[in-house]
Amino acid sequence: MTRNTLEHHLPQLIIAHFKEIIREPGVIFWGIVFPILMALGLGIAFTKKPDLVRTVAIIENNVKSGGGDSAVTDLIKPFTDQFTLSRNEEGELSLKIPDEQLGNMTYIFTPKSWNEATILLKRGQINLILENKGGQLYYHFDPMNPEAQLLYLKLSQIHGGKLIQTDLSRSQIEPLTVTGTRYIDFLIPGLIAMGVMMSCMWGLSYGIIDKRSKKLLRRMIATPMRKSNFLISLITVRLGMNIIESLLLFLFAYMFFDISIQGDLIALLIVFIAGNVAFSGIAIFISSRTANNEIGNGLINAVVLPMMVLSGIFFSYHNFPDWAISVIDKLPLTLLADHIRGIFIEGSGIPEILLPSVILSAIGIGFFSIGLKIFRWY
Amino acid sequence: MSDQNSPEVVIDVQQVFKSFKQVKAVRGIDLQVYQGQFLALLGPNGAGKTTLVEMIEGIQKPDSGRIFIHGKSWKGNEESLHRLIGISLQETRFIDKLTVAETLRLFASFYQLPARRIEEIIELAGLQEKRKSYVVNLSGGQRQRLALGIALLNQPKILLLDEPTTGLDPTARRDIWQILLNLHESRQTSLILTTHYMEEAEQLCDFIVLIDKGKIISQGTLNQLLAQDKEVKNIEFSLEGNLSNFNISQIQKDIQMDWDEKSGKGILYIKSIENQLPNFISTLRANNISLKNIECRRPTLNDLFLSLTGRELHDA
Repeated sequence: MTRNTLEHHLPQLIIAHFKEIIREPGVIFWGIVFPILMALGLGIAFTKKPDLVRTVAIIENNVKSGGGDSAVTDLIKPFTDQFTLSRNEEGELSLKIPDEQLGNMTYIFTPKSWNEATILLKRGQINLILENKGGQLYYHFDPMNPEAQLLYLKLSQIHGGKLIQTDLSRSQIEPLTVTGTRYIDFLIPGLIAMGVMMSCMWGLSYGIIDKRSKKLLRRMIATPMRKSNFLISLITVRLGMNIIESLLLFLFAYMFFDISIQGDLIALLIVFIAGNVAFSGIAIFISSRTANNEIGNGLINAVVLPMMVLSGIFFSYHNFPDWAISVIDKLPLTLLADHIRGIFIEGSGIPEILLPSVILSAIGIGFFSIGLKIFRWY
Repeated sequence: MSDQNSPEVVIDVQQVFKSFKQVKAVRGIDLQVYQGQFLALLGPNGAGKTTLVEMIEGIQKPDSGRIFIHGKSWKGNEESLHRLIGISLQETRFIDKLTVAETLRLFASFYQLPARRIEEIIELAGLQEKRKSYVVNLSGGQRQRLALGIALLNQPKILLLDEPTTGLDPTARRDIWQILLNLHESRQTSLILTTHYMEEAEQLCDFIVLIDKGKIISQGTLNQLLAQDKEVKNIEFSLEGNLSNFNISQIQKDIQMDWDEKSGKGILYIKSIENQLPNFISTLRANNISLKNIECRRPTLNDLFLSLTGRELHDA
């Protein structure tokens, strides 16, 4: 008869925190819609490439009007019969070279003064300036910029009467468009890992700091509630939200970009939970003392920003110097992103993710324990 | 439970001190609260009321001195003491996007209370129409009633309320008072209430402790406290006539008084009506000023506080 009492308080705490989250419309947008939009935007921008267009500024010296683009016309003379050459109202010449395998290439030659051309170069709108000094062609570009270097090579070939174009007689090019090798395949696992980090750091830390500044923590611990249950309920709800958010992002990528998971699903679940443990622990630690939202913002950013930039979410971190890589690949976000990616596109299984999962969990438990010890409830 | 002749001490505070960096917040306080007693800690802001209550709540630890609740100290007894006590902190805010009923359900689960207790509290706090409203959408008064309702969920033996009506309008304040007066009738609960409103202490509490700068400056029932100040009578008056040429200092040299020239009103603090009042009236007559109104006012706790400290209760 007396069984009409409310159940233990942990489930009630979980229900309350879950309702608190889903009743905030912003959560749905930033947690679910925004990552999908980001995946869509980046996926399209980097996967479905349109024709490549490269603009080159042309500077004519000591040439009377009439022979306005003598350098360019000289340059492309051998190909004018072969390819479409057109001139628009601003006097820009464009040369379109079709290539089925490497993608079509269009060069636009735009006549500019030296000053105009350098401004365009500084803005990154062009990578190369072509100058005609008395019939002699000069290439101006930054040799450290690979994009400019490639353009120089192509143009100088054209100048030499040759084209860099797919030559099927000597070798075969097999463009990699199969699932698992595209940019989107690289991006989605990274976005899932970043989502876990962002959601834990902002959701947990901010929630705790906010509850502390509202004196709600102080009020709650003036009851027989167990302190650890309060934190466990927050972490559980966050894990649940992260699973939902990641599933929706994956589902979207699966339908829109035909993404697949090549490795072991159990391994994925293990490393995903380990990542949640790691970032939940860090979040509890970060938010263990302050009641000031602005200090909280600073602390969260100090953790989140470096990892977002360094951990190879959007682009591989292997272009950083070697000494930096030896640090970067030990960051929690790098560990998580690399191993989710390993399961998605390299077909990793449990053996590959076991050690990183243990490390991630240890990071989380370590930070959680210190955080709980120094935690200020009021 | 029939020990009416010697009521049990439920809260016993012994020589408690507490400092924060430079500030000595509580400087040697002794206090006993008996079963069923409603006690007010009355003092201006910064008097040390909240610090004292937070030490009784177990939130702060005293630097020295001891606190016993039902004979137990906080150390090692948190769980059982939390079950005995209901508290309402100054300006607590609950989870914005939970409804009133959900908030009560959450707190009820901490005490493993039956679900019907939630209904009882909703009714007691007068929140029937707001049960499905989010906490964030409640008015100040409704929010305080919810905080009080949460404090009462576990039918606490001891209720600690820190400024429960600060910032509320008079109607909302009276709603809270009514809930507490009903509770007082049952004599089951002991209350410590901090306030800087003397009316609140007068209306609700049977024992009042005046506190200032971390010390108790006077304590007793309302009548006992006011009797202390008996020798001084407060006489309110208002004047008519050509006040701009009237030099009030002629009166002030033998009577302590407050005077507001704009409104023409003042208060005399007189020890002997027979000796001092005739002088006052003759001085007025000599200056062609007529007395529009005069009445002897009952002294208040504020008057007592003023005579003890030289400051008013509402001074920040």
